[in-house]
Amino acid sequence: MNTPMTSLGRTLETLSHREPDRVPAFLLLTMHGARELGLSMREYFTSPANVIEGQVRLRRKFGHDCYYAFCHASLEHEAFGGDTVYNEQGPANAGAPVLRSPEAIDSLEPPSIEGNPPLQRTLDIVRGLVEAAHGEVPVLGVVISPFSLPIMQLGFPAWLDLLHAALEEPAGARRAQLDRLLAINQSFCVRWANAQLAAGATAITYFDPMSSSTITTRELGVGFGMRLARQTIGQISGPVGIHFASGRILPILEDVVSTGAAVVGVSADEDLATLKARVGGRTSLLGNLNGIEMARWTPAEAKAAATRAILAAGPGGGFILADNHGEIPIQVKDEVLHAIVEAVRTAGAYPILASEAS
Amino acid sequence: MEDSLKLEEALLSMDRAEVGTILEGAVARGELDVAITGALESIGQRWDAGEVALSQVYMAGRLCEQAVTQFEPTPPTEGVAPRVGIAVLEDYHMLGKRIVLSVLRAAGRPVLDLGRLTVDELIDRVCAEQLEVVLVSVLMFPSALRVREVVDGLALRGSNAKVVVGGAPFRLDAELAGRVGAHHVGRTASDALRILAELEAR
Repeated sequence: MNTPMTSLGRTLETLSHREPDRVPAFLLLTMHGARELGLSMREYFTSPANVIEGQVRLRRKFGHDCYYAFCHASLEHEAFGGDTVYNEQGPANAGAPVLRSPEAIDSLEPPSIEGNPPLQRTLDIVRGLVEAAHGEVPVLGVVISPFSLPIMQLGFPAWLDLLHAALEEPAGARRAQLDRLLAINQSFCVRWANAQLAAGATAITYFDPMSSSTITTRELGVGFGMRLARQTIGQISGPVGIHFASGRILPILEDVVSTGAAVVGVSADEDLATLKARVGGRTSLLGNLNGIEMARWTPAEAKAAATRAILAAGPGGGFILADNHGEIPIQVKDEVLHAIVEAVRTAGAYPILASEAS
Repeated sequence: MEDSLKLEEALLSMDRAEVGTILEGAVARGELDVAITGALESIGQRWDAGEVALSQVYMAGRLCEQAVTQFEPTPPTEGVAPRVGIAVLEDYHMLGKRIVLSVLRAAGRPVLDLGRLTVDELIDRVCAEQLEVVLVSVLMFPSALRVREVVDGLALRGSNAKVVVGGAPFRLDAELAGRVGAHHVGRTASDALRILAELEAR
């Protein structure tokens, strides 16, 4: 199997649990595009043409296997009327919560996609990347899960307060507000995901850190998060990957698999070989390089970490090498990124020698 | 010890009534601080080990803080050594600070809530308030890197304040706290209690 495949071809092959020519590498780069073009973060992310050019240049530079249409998580918060606070050294943050109290949920209306500037910019980015891809590169759209979006909409402490108040009084006003918020968010999430697919996105990444065992209990993560994920993903008209932004999932893995996601983004805190064995070919894995440590790696350390991951989860396909958070910090040097891609070209070429541990 | 074990389980199962009952008994025995500190420290260790979720750590702190206000007024922020302040540095993620505040207040530890501050603002406030310990909470990696500027800036201003850091970047990279010059790092909210006790003992 020495014929070079396209990035899209090898990605589809591995997601079918077959071994392509090599392990795909998804460098989930966002801010690096601004640096590549010499622009401020605000200038870069508020112009679809800049983001498209940035993604194209980054892939040309590093040779990885995807285009990433994600700008920042606060984009959906902006769509609901919030602000984005840009940071030249890191990811943009959501500004003040759009919902100042749970009572504000009573009058919350879901945003329209048409005429919504941040959403329309993203659709332009998707369309531009699809054109640049020429059918050879997967273009990844992103949505924030209905269960995780309230972290920005309400603020994290207020969201946890609302959840627990609703659980304490199932027939009370807080439960009604919770249900309304989740219903509005779910409806928006489905429409937004399908709009990106209609614009040509190959797949949707469904970000759901709130459901992870790192953040919340099994009762909430499965009872609310994974139930919502199953319902929401079931209404999305294309392939979906579910990602927990470094959150642990082993305690809820069967529920994660039951969502129907084609690929699961996994944490550096959990063992790849264990995850691979437990999913048993029912879904694929994406991960799990530690992006924070990556910022201080030498190229040799990067290659070693990538090689360990490849050996742990690569055999048999069903694995894409990536960072574990869904976004690589701007502090990660080019030489480290080159080393990661070099690792998939060498250690990641199939057939891979199975790890002694697996 | 027995109170703290029962309290721990009541907090993790969110049994508000049981929490109140246990703390009433602890107050009667003069062991309120021991019960709360023991329970929250154990929950923190279990969070570090991946046995409990962040939401449980947050709610445990909140329940304790709410229950304790029935027995004790809000702890004073002045007149007790060491003088401690807590802030979120540069980023906008307040949950970690909120959890630590709950833990400290529930345990009767005075702490000045500085809110969210930039590097320069934090240096100014630490000096103006003559703080001896500043607890710095961050979620974002670039914010964690800027702790170096806080440490260096305080030294330049002649402050001897100890900088204690906490937050996800420091959990994800065990070397990070040392690289940015922090004096101490807490992996859990309840580590703040242990670190403050160690600093007090010096």
